[in-house]
Amino acid sequence: MGPLIVYDIISDNANLFFAFLIGIGFGFVLEINGFSSSRRLAGMFYGYDTTVLKVFFTAAIVGAVGLLFMSLFNWIDLSSIYINPTFLWSTLGGGAIMGAGFILGGYCPGTSVCAASIGKLDALAFVGGIFIGIFIFTEGFPLWEEFYNAKYIGSPVLSEFLGSSRGVLTLLMILVALGMFWIGEWAEKRFARDDYKLNQK
Amino acid sequence: MNPYIGGVLLGLVLIMAFWISGRGLGASGASKSVVVTAVKTVAPKHVENTAFYKDYLETHPNPMKSWLVFQMLGVLVGGFVSGAISGRLKFQVEKSPKITNRTRIIFAVLGGILFGLGSQLGRGCTSGSALTGMAVLSLSGFLSMATIFGTAFALAYFVRKLWI
Repeated sequence: MGPLIVYDIISDNANLFFAFLIGIGFGFVLEINGFSSSRRLAGMFYGYDTTVLKVFFTAAIVGAVGLLFMSLFNWIDLSSIYINPTFLWSTLGGGAIMGAGFILGGYCPGTSVCAASIGKLDALAFVGGIFIGIFIFTEGFPLWEEFYNAKYIGSPVLSEFLGSSRGVLTLLMILVALGMFWIGEWAEKRFARDDYKLNQK
Repeated sequence: MNPYIGGVLLGLVLIMAFWISGRGLGASGASKSVVVTAVKTVAPKHVENTAFYKDYLETHPNPMKSWLVFQMLGVLVGGFVSGAISGRLKFQVEKSPKITNRTRIIFAVLGGILFGLGSQLGRGCTSGSALTGMAVLSLSGFLSMATIFGTAFALAYFVRKLWI
């Protein structure tokens, strides 16, 4: 029965060791999929390379379906899995600021560390920027504290929120993702570029 | 690698994190641990007198001994190993041929600043909030995903010179 840490099957220190191993898997998969390339990541927003969309949504679906099946077989207790809380304004505001950072900087935090690990200097600069951005947040916290804590609506899952079931929402997510994959494949042909080769080494 | 197979692999890593540790993947949380630890080391007086750091250190007495910090150390190792196997280890600045290295670095720092700030406001970044959040079907996960990618799409045209 999982999660192992919740059921005291592993110790707190073992949990940190597993965090390291999981991180290796995470970094390896990101890198091998080319997420260490800012032009590939940015390509998503111009249609010439939609790998991000394909990997990201496939992973989200596999995660959602995996959790669903594991809970059906009683392998995992879904009630012990952390669900991100929703503070409406800061979720939306933070998301918009992150989106601007993504298109200007070409990375997100996880991919920038991954790219820095293979020697991308622009990624290293991005990581430096992240530290500055977080420092601005922590130092200026009183300025946005109210906004940060506004409109708290608990930790709803979307299926509850829509009055639907986990299974139906997961199915819906799969169908939406298939539609987006189709658009992605189309976009890569439509917006292909001479100066950018897909799946380059 | 075929991106759909890559996605399945990433999903499996995510499931392992849920099954072992009861939580998903994340990236920005570790940077916050580093920032708080750095401020604490450089200016301990300032930390004692600032509510935000005091509250944070009360709930995280040892910020560097956190799940996300260990996971991010793993990301460095995993990325490096994959890069070494595929022959991609190289110091370089990656950019559109139309801009200089200097421009690319300036915008990378700027993007990092915005992403760092936004990830704190939004309580997580693309990994922790959007990817993990969507896998657990959390409302905030779908909202993060939509606003991060929506804003980037909306602004893409105006900064196209950076990339195409």
